[in-house]
Amino acid sequence: MADVKLVSLTKTFGDITAVNDLSIEIKDREFFVLLGPTGAGKTTTLRLVAGLEKQDKGEVHIGDRVVDDYSPALRDVAFVFQYYTLYPHYTVRQNLEFPLKSRLRKYSKAEIDKKVTEVAMILHIDHLIDRETVNLSGGEMQRVAIGRAMVRTPKVFLMDEPLSNLDAKLREEMRRELSRLHFDLGATFFYVTHDQVEAMTMGDRVAVLNEGKILQIGSPDEIYNAPKNVFVAKFVGSPAINLFDAVVGDGCLRIGEKEMVCTLEDTQRAYLKNYTDKKIILGIRPEDIEITRTQQKVNSYKCKVYFNQSMGAEDILNLKIHSEIFRAIAPPRLNVQVGEEIFANFNISRVHLFYPDTEECIV
Amino acid sequence: MAEIIIKNLVKRFGKLEAVKDLNLDIKDKEFLVLLGPSGCGKTTTLRCISGLEIADEGKILIDGKDVTLKRASQRDIAFVFQLYALYPILSVYENIAFPLKAQKYKREKIREEVGTVAKILQIEHILHKKPKELSGGDMQRVALGRAMVRRPKAFLLDEPIGTLDAKFREEMRVELKRLHIDIGATTVYVTHDQVEAMAMGDRIAIMNLGVLQQVGTPHEVYAKPYNLFVANFIGSPGMNFINCETKKKNTSLMLKLLEDDIYIPIPEKIRKLISNGRGENKHLVLGVRPEDVSFSKKKDDSSLGAQVYVIEETGSYNIIDVSLGKEKIKVRTLPTVKPNIGDTAYIGIDMDRVSIFDKETENSIM
Repeated sequence: MADVKLVSLTKTFGDITAVNDLSIEIKDREFFVLLGPTGAGKTTTLRLVAGLEKQDKGEVHIGDRVVDDYSPALRDVAFVFQYYTLYPHYTVRQNLEFPLKSRLRKYSKAEIDKKVTEVAMILHIDHLIDRETVNLSGGEMQRVAIGRAMVRTPKVFLMDEPLSNLDAKLREEMRRELSRLHFDLGATFFYVTHDQVEAMTMGDRVAVLNEGKILQIGSPDEIYNAPKNVFVAKFVGSPAINLFDAVVGDGCLRIGEKEMVCTLEDTQRAYLKNYTDKKIILGIRPEDIEITRTQQKVNSYKCKVYFNQSMGAEDILNLKIHSEIFRAIAPPRLNVQVGEEIFANFNISRVHLFYPDTEECIV
Repeated sequence: MAEIIIKNLVKRFGKLEAVKDLNLDIKDKEFLVLLGPSGCGKTTTLRCISGLEIADEGKILIDGKDVTLKRASQRDIAFVFQLYALYPILSVYENIAFPLKAQKYKREKIREEVGTVAKILQIEHILHKKPKELSGGDMQRVALGRAMVRRPKAFLLDEPIGTLDAKFREEMRVELKRLHIDIGATTVYVTHDQVEAMAMGDRIAIMNLGVLQQVGTPHEVYAKPYNLFVANFIGSPGMNFINCETKKKNTSLMLKLLEDDIYIPIPEKIRKLISNGRGENKHLVLGVRPEDVSFSKKKDDSSLGAQVYVIEETGSYNIIDVSLGKEKIKVRTLPTVKPNIGDTAYIGIDMDRVSIFDKETENSIM
C-alpha cells in the first residue's frame, strides 16, 4: 500500500482551469475524501492521479515514486467508476478474473482462482459467482466492480462517486460496507463525492474543493465543527447551517433590526473588540439551537413555528422572527405545532463568525 | 383551490395492473406525497389525476365534480414535470407569460397576471433576467410561476428535484415547502425518496406494486408503520429488524433471537398483543428505530452484549453498527460517543417504542 502526494497540480481545459494549484498529501491506508459540488474539479483530480489525464503543471507521487511519466496501467492504482463498467454477459467470476488475465501479469490458473475466491468472500458475492452480471442488482454490481479493482491488490483505490447510482436505502448500507471494507483491507482510498453525508461518514480526512481550489482539509470533525469559511460551513451538514447578517455591538451581536441580540462569551468578545459597529456573518447549526416553551436566561428568542419537517428521529423546525427565517432541530416528543410560539435558545459557544467580505472565519 | 377524491381507481397496461383499487382523499390545500419504489404505481396515479391517462375503473372527483373522463386541459390542474424546463432564450417575464400568450390573452391582462404571480413568488426583481442567470431556487419559482398563471386548482409534481446534487436538493425541499405554505394550493407530489416525503408532506401515501400500503402524517408512518414494507421504506438510517420467536424462559414469554440464544424480555402490554392467539414458537420480526436503542460500555440488567462493527459520524449524531449474535443493529448516539471497531458494548431496546410484525403476513400486530 502507499501514500499519495499531489504537488501544485494544475489542469486546464481551454479557458477553464479545472484544477488550480492543488496540493494534497494522502497518508498510507487513509480513507481520503474529495468533496465538492458539480464542476469543482474532483473527477479531474482523480483522473490525474490515475493517469487518465495529464496535468499542465505539478507532480503526482505514489509511494516513493513520481508517476507522471507512467501509463495508467503501470501506476498500480485501481479506478472504480460511478457507472459500474462490467462486462454484462460475463459471469461475476469472469469479470473478477479479467484484470488478472492481462499479459502484463502472468498469473497461474490456481493463483487466479484463489484470489477471486478470496475477494468474493470479502465482498459477500461468493454465492453469485457464476451469475451473469446483467442479472444482478445495483448494489451487487457495484460490489463486483469494487471486487474487480481489489483482485489486483493495487496500492491505491480511486473511487469516483461509486454510490451515486444506487437508491437511497442501498447507498446507506453500502456506506457502512465501504467503511468496514476499508478497515479490513487496510488500503489507501481516494474517494470523490458531491454528497457531504458520504464524506462525513466514511472519510478519515476530507478536502473540500470548489472551482478547482481546496478550501479546507481536515477530519470530518474539524470540517464540521471548525469550518474555515462560509462555503465549507454551508456545504457540510444537513440540515444546513443557519447564517445571519449581524452587527457587532458592545459585547453582543445584533441580528436584524433588533430582533435578536446575542450576548457573547469572553473569548468571542476578545476576537471582536476591534469590530464594534461592523458587520459580520454569524453561523449556527440547527442542532445548536435548543427549543423550549419557556424563556431561558440568555440568548433566548421568541419565534413562531413557520413549518415543521418531521423527519422521524428528529423534527426540523423552520422558525420565523419578523423577516428572519432559520432552522432548529427538536426532538419529536416535544410535539411542537405549526403556528405555535416557542423560544429558540442559541448555544453561543457553538456559533461560527465570518468576515462579510472574504467569508473567512474570524479567529 | 381544490379537494381531490380518488375512488376505486384501477389502471392497467396490457396484463399489468399498475394501480389496484386505490382510494385516496386529498384535502384542500394539502401537500400530499405519493411515495414508493419505481414501478409502485405512483406516477400512473398522478397521470390519472392529471388526465394524461384515463382510469380503467373507478372515479376521480375534483371539487366534487367527476372528471374521470375529462381531458387534461379541462381539469384545471397544472402538471410540473421538471422544475427547470424553462425556455432559455426567453426572459423570466416571457417564460411566465407563455401559457397566457398561447391562450391569446390581451397584453394588459398578461402583464397584470404575471405581476400578481411574480409578487406572490417574490421574483419581481428578476423578471427581466434569462434563466441561466438565475439561482436554482429562483428557477424553481419561475417554473412554478408559469404553472400558477393559469390559476390551476391543484399542482401535480413528478419527482421534480430528483436529479439534483444532494446539497441543492435539501435547499429545494425547504423552498418548495415554503412556497406551498405561502400559496396554499393543493399539491400532489410524487417521489421515491422518503426524505423528500418526510420533509415536505402534510401526509404521505406509500404505495407498493400498485397497492396503497398506508396513508398518514410523516410522524404516523414513521412511528406506527402498518407493515414491514412501510417500516423498511421510511426512515434513514432505516429501522432495525430482528428475527425472533416467542419462547418461554423462567415461565415468562420472551422474544428469542431466531439464530442465537439471546432472549429479550417484553413488557406486559406487548405480551398481551403477542399471546393473543399466538403461543410459543411464533415467528415475529421486532422492529426498532436506531434512536430507540441505547449504547453503553457498562452492563446493566436489561442490556444485551454486542460488538462494535462499524461507526458512522455525521456531525450532529453518530450511527454505530453493532453485532448482536448474528444480527446487525444500528444505534443512533450523540456525536461524542466514539467506540473502536471490535469493542464490546451493551445495548438496550426501548420496548415502549418498538413495532412487532408477524413474519408470515408482514403486518404489524400493534
